[in-house]
Amino acid sequence: MTGTVRLGVVLLCHADLGMAARLARIWADGGARVAIHVDAKVAAARLAGMRDALKDCDRIIFSRRHRCSWGRFSLVRATQDAAAELLRQFPDTTHVYLASGACLPLRPVSDLVAYLGADPDRDHIESVSTHDVGWTVGGLNEERFSLFFPFDWKKHRWLFDRFVEWQRRRGIRRRMPGGLSPHLGSQWWCLTARTLRAILEDPQRPEFDRFFRFAWIPDESYFQTLVRRHSTHVESWSLTMAKFDHTGRPYLLYDDHIPMLAESRCFVARKVWPGASRLLAHFPLPDDGHPQVDPPQPARISRIINQTVRRRVLGRPGLYMQSRFPRKDAENGKTSAPYAVLQGPGDIFHGFEDWLRRHLSCDVHGHLLGPEGAEFAGRSRTGPGAISSDPQIRDRDPQGFLTSLIRITNRMQVFQFGPRDNQALNWFMATDPNAHMLVVTGAWKLPLLHSRMPFDDVRRVFAQLQRIELGHLDVLNSVWVRARLHQYDLGEFLMNPRPILQDFMLQIDPHSVPVTTLPAMRDLTGLDQMLRKLRNSGLRPRLTGEDLPPIELLTNERAAAE
Amino acid sequence: MRNLGAHPIKGRLRLRVERQRLIGRAIRRRRALRSVSNRTGLIASGDILCFVTLRDERVRLPWFLDYYRALGVRHFLMVDNASTDGSTDWLRSQPDVSLWWTNHSYKGSRFGMDWINWLLLRHGCGHWCLTVDPDEFLVYPHCNQRPLAALTSWLDSTGRRSFPAMLLDMYPKGPVEDAICAEGQNPFEVARWFDPANYSIQKNDHFGNLWIQGGPRTRAFFTQDPLAGPALNKIPLVKWHWRYAYVSSTHMLLPRGLNLVYDEDGGEQISGCLLHAKFLSSFAAKSVEEMDRRQHYGNSQEYRAYHAGLHRGVQLWCSESREYDGWQQLEDLGLISRGNWA
Repeated sequence: MTGTVRLGVVLLCHADLGMAARLARIWADGGARVAIHVDAKVAAARLAGMRDALKDCDRIIFSRRHRCSWGRFSLVRATQDAAAELLRQFPDTTHVYLASGACLPLRPVSDLVAYLGADPDRDHIESVSTHDVGWTVGGLNEERFSLFFPFDWKKHRWLFDRFVEWQRRRGIRRRMPGGLSPHLGSQWWCLTARTLRAILEDPQRPEFDRFFRFAWIPDESYFQTLVRRHSTHVESWSLTMAKFDHTGRPYLLYDDHIPMLAESRCFVARKVWPGASRLLAHFPLPDDGHPQVDPPQPARISRIINQTVRRRVLGRPGLYMQSRFPRKDAENGKTSAPYAVLQGPGDIFHGFEDWLRRHLSCDVHGHLLGPEGAEFAGRSRTGPGAISSDPQIRDRDPQGFLTSLIRITNRMQVFQFGPRDNQALNWFMATDPNAHMLVVTGAWKLPLLHSRMPFDDVRRVFAQLQRIELGHLDVLNSVWVRARLHQYDLGEFLMNPRPILQDFMLQIDPHSVPVTTLPAMRDLTGLDQMLRKLRNSGLRPRLTGEDLPPIELLTNERAAAE
Repeated sequence: MRNLGAHPIKGRLRLRVERQRLIGRAIRRRRALRSVSNRTGLIASGDILCFVTLRDERVRLPWFLDYYRALGVRHFLMVDNASTDGSTDWLRSQPDVSLWWTNHSYKGSRFGMDWINWLLLRHGCGHWCLTVDPDEFLVYPHCNQRPLAALTSWLDSTGRRSFPAMLLDMYPKGPVEDAICAEGQNPFEVARWFDPANYSIQKNDHFGNLWIQGGPRTRAFFTQDPLAGPALNKIPLVKWHWRYAYVSSTHMLLPRGLNLVYDEDGGEQISGCLLHAKFLSSFAAKSVEEMDRRQHYGNSQEYRAYHAGLHRGVQLWCSESREYDGWQQLEDLGLISRGNWA
């Protein structure tokens, strides 16, 4: 059944009266009666200008002015007075829509009238019980009603906070009058005149008003609570699209939102940036005489705004830039994608890097953190993203170097690592779940074995590298490790190199080429003699494995693999 | 005002003294400026202002002014450091430019910042003020669709007082000497390439700002001493108050809270970029002159390095360079962010 709808609008204005006047005219031209409340803080001259601009509209009235401040009862008082005045001057009004001077009607007013007419007894007001969590931003939920809030949050923040703390300590709990159950919701609603009259003319209203005067943000709870007392047909959603960010500030709408807003089919949207002239000229859509009654579909615009909030609060993982520089352990993802670090195999096999590259669909680099500079694949002077291979530049901000490299490339990054390299990222990589690490301890001894350096030098370098690797192992064996770590000592690895490499490669790249042949291994002859000599010179060689198996055994395994 | 509580009283007092010294210095140096055309009476409340120091930039100026006029800058306050190429006369004829002239030392006035601090102190209070060089062009999220006033009013509504914009060096494909930009031409039609990822960041605990280095200059000119490369972090857009002062170029300012333009809890704040149209054919000639004048940072070390580089015919372009394609591209690359400005 379609009844006759005569729409009234209460318009709350406090800034930019020019735009407010323009919006009032849009409502009035669409056939609605408009009661305007202008904040008493606005200078009389500006109000006179607005009255002057609207004097030809006999459907627009101005209500008694109050000084309004955010979060206080004055806003409710202003709404009550304006609504009462509207109902008094236009007693045949059937529905009242509460809007602000920055709420822009997107569809013709006739659409809204037709939509309301389809079910004329329904009250469109978001009204959520406070027992359901998650409405508010920043703490106060049920306490909005159970404590006193005599101080202005914006002007007297310190007093506000202290007073709340004091009441909490004293265990103060206000009781709601008249069996009301607290509800919250968007401050913008559309009520039937019957319900609105019942709220305004309730014999207990002085008692309710006294209660809400000291509640917190009553404009989001007064009508939302009382409507449950007087109406049985609550459609609990707002016809005004209003989104808030993580701090509770409303989102502003600009010219580039036009397509998205048109698609949303919302009746009214807020809050419009006053300078968005194209947006203001585009909406409301022209009335073509055929009112559409399809409901609003704000899902897409909500999703986009939620994504932005997410970006503001959580950020993009692995991004370090001028306006996102997370402190340690607050990164929300240390790196943006998985990467692999191989420590040891490069020292054991000749040409391991090229061999690995042939088997994986990844970017395989040399020692990215090497002392002579970053060994990018192909050994170019500038790597992906024009990152310089210069060691000084890299070591200025090694973490930035690695995270930028991982973020700028599309393929997985694989690189070699060892105790000769810059160790600044040991903790970073070990605690990063994106890191896949294959560590063969003591593998660095093989290049040393073939270095043909004098024994004194070998001993010195050996001691140094061993100390560095032991330090690294302290990190890798700590309880903080989040990397996917595969750790072997040299003896263990040499017993079974093929399955170990195969497992690791399958883990980082499920489509890797199966390992059939291994690259040529460095000659191990002389290793045990070198270790014995080092031991006898007073050094204690570690990290090779307690019992390095006999060389012959290893050589057989290698022959089998080949 | 994040972290300020954690900053010890002694450090805060030291910063306060430093700020007062900078302001005092700016007031003393005001006599160096001679007013050429003062139209500051035209400035209305709420106007966005642009502050510039320049020398011999006649060819660049028309496009520069038009670019910022289109974004919504209402008045330009410019200091002409003894130009000889007609910049003075041309600027004098512009209706929205107030011009001061000086032949004092650029270096002696902390690379022009004393003059700018004075003009900001005198005319910037209560306005959003953009301080840039004539070869720096601001790009911010949604800049193709929303004027600068939309950004500043949004910053106002979220309680922000400063807006960061990292310097992004743009360069041509091919030798810099061949990249000729005609008067009134968009320099980024010629120099339209940039480095997408090679930037290093360190935190400066004293001033609280981030210190960003890298880009093509470090890669090509500072290979011998990369740590001496120029700083790229800038905070060019500030809602000015007479108590504020720029410390070193627009890299950082005091009070310290204005430098905290980044999120440390993992989130992203809003930020933009200053596209830097430095590497054009005019640059080679300039580097010879500036090398002799030694009026730039670190005895014009930058210019000397460039000069040596350019003589060898160095190209800044490399196969990993990206071609500029609007702010969305910069956001995807993670060079700028829209924060929660949807």
